[in-house]
Amino acid sequence: MITKDYIITAAEGMHARPATNLVKLTKNYSSLISLKKGDRTVKLSSLMNILSLGIKGGETISIIIDGEDETSAIIAIDAFFEEELKHL
Amino acid sequence: MMINGIGVSPGIAIGKAHLLKKQEATLSGVVLSNDADIIAETTKFNNAVSLSVIEIEAMISNYDQSQGIEGLEILETHIELLTDPQISEDVTEKISKEKKNVNDAVIEVIAGAVQLFKNMDDEYLSARAADVQDIGNRLLRNLNASNQTHTPLYEADTIIIAEDLTPSDTISMDITHVIGFATQVGGRTSHAAIIARSRGIPTVVGCGVTLLDIKDGDLVILDGQSGAIIIKPGQEIVEEYRVKRENWLKQTSRLRSLKNTPATTTDGIHIKLLANIGDANDMDQAIGFGAEGSGLLRTELLFMGRDALPGEDEQFEFYKAVALKAKGKPVIVRTLDIGGDKQLPYLNFPAEQNPFLGYRAIRICLDRPDIFITQLKAILRASAFGQLKIMFPMISNIQEVRAAKLILQQAKDELIKASIAFDKNIPVGIMIEIPSAAITADLLAKEVDFFSIGTNDLCQYTLAVDRMNEQIKNLYDPYNPGVLRLIANVIEQGHQNNIEVGMCGELASDPKATLLLLGMGLTGFSMSATAIPEIKNIIINSSLTAAKQIHKRVMEMDRSDLITAYLQEATP
Repeated sequence: MITKDYIITAAEGMHARPATNLVKLTKNYSSLISLKKGDRTVKLSSLMNILSLGIKGGETISIIIDGEDETSAIIAIDAFFEEELKHL
Repeated sequence: MMINGIGVSPGIAIGKAHLLKKQEATLSGVVLSNDADIIAETTKFNNAVSLSVIEIEAMISNYDQSQGIEGLEILETHIELLTDPQISEDVTEKISKEKKNVNDAVIEVIAGAVQLFKNMDDEYLSARAADVQDIGNRLLRNLNASNQTHTPLYEADTIIIAEDLTPSDTISMDITHVIGFATQVGGRTSHAAIIARSRGIPTVVGCGVTLLDIKDGDLVILDGQSGAIIIKPGQEIVEEYRVKRENWLKQTSRLRSLKNTPATTTDGIHIKLLANIGDANDMDQAIGFGAEGSGLLRTELLFMGRDALPGEDEQFEFYKAVALKAKGKPVIVRTLDIGGDKQLPYLNFPAEQNPFLGYRAIRICLDRPDIFITQLKAILRASAFGQLKIMFPMISNIQEVRAAKLILQQAKDELIKASIAFDKNIPVGIMIEIPSAAITADLLAKEVDFFSIGTNDLCQYTLAVDRMNEQIKNLYDPYNPGVLRLIANVIEQGHQNNIEVGMCGELASDPKATLLLLGMGLTGFSMSATAIPEIKNIIINSSLTAAKQIHKRVMEMDRSDLITAYLQEATP
């Protein structure tokens, strides 16, 4: 299992557009991928659940990946947070 | 008759009203009696999802990219929502456990999700309720046999009047003839507003129930900037707005063509065009007008209209929001510039005979380090989130610069001790707005990383003219050769000492002055965002060589009326 923290640097927080892309991205992996903010954890496969967390700019979230392809999944998710979310 | 709403997409529209009416979904109250029904209803749901996804995919493949990418992204979000495992789980559970039919299950699940979003304290996220409602409506339409999804065609110059517009409404609508939108509900970040802005359709939202007074076919004027809607206007008003609409159409076409053009002279010199801003929202507009950052963030907004000083955390949030919105572009944060015409009643400073020559700006800050250090720490903390620079206003001598830098160092030390991150190399600059500072620019340049010339105060102090006094208005003249010589000196000294020189006063946005300032060697112009396209247009059509000639000529002239006449002539 891999757990990694990210700070949301986009001013608008986790909006529908990046969240949609993140959900699409996680569909390429068989691992169970979840997102944790505070004491709430949701599966990354549900856009509804991600948006319902109301993630704002400057907040910290954790990504938890568990499964066979977790190492390749974390690389892709890393790249997503590095690139896509920075240039919104 | 007139209605006032929130203008969310600027521009003027004059046309005929067309009212959009919604059909309400109703609960049937049917209770399923056996497993076969449950399986049948679940299958219906899955089919409706597939059908809805196919519809949206068709919209995506037919999507006209020239309408802006925003609509496409919204459609992709809708596919994710339609296939969302949480929604599908909730619906199937209602069917299998609560024995509801698929119609009722969808209505209830969607209503719950809509409520969830509406209750969020974030304006953007609560506006997403419209997206959930939208996919819900689509599912319901595909569940029910009555499948009338024809898109109506509108007459030329139609203004759509609706309670609310779903994102699908705005995307799928045949907008070749729609020139404006007005809705009863909604805010700045509703998708209808986002799409309207990306398509440049004037839109007013949040008009309230009075919008229902409009009848089909009524002549309506809509101002997407001010939020005004005029119903059945008289001929004179129509004429007035027709001129406004034409000007707006001309301006937007010019703006669009220039937004992504770099401000580079014909001989290849890049000029930074920046915006003067008051808060994070202004930053959005600034970027929309092609600003490369902000040359002046006025921090007074944060201190005005309240009962007490804002604390460090509140200030930090304010500066951080600006830094984040700027997305890595530079922002010059000017420290508190109160006094003069900007008073803070809660500080109880005594009234002064000559407030513009009195206790203000850096003078207050150096006298009240408690206020100053709180602001500096907040700015420093925010510098971890973007490219911030600090600027001190109203500097008249070098001791003030050194004293201010000392307090800045103290602020940094306190943050380091508390292990709080900030940009350790944050650039520090000063406003040049007092004649003594302009004259001693050679000395001051050795103390700071940049200068920013504030022409409004520099002009009034140099000419001894109160710029609020109507009687001597004509003496307030930035083209006075004395003022121009001071400005030229500041720029020259900046160059000799290898520091950047920008300008954030009104002269920076005066088209007559652009070439002269360019010729003096100014490389940063900061102004109100809306002025950027016009100044950029001058820069891209001129050369630095020609601008230097213009500067030389102007310095030989002895009267400002001759100077302005000459500059008027020389400006493309």
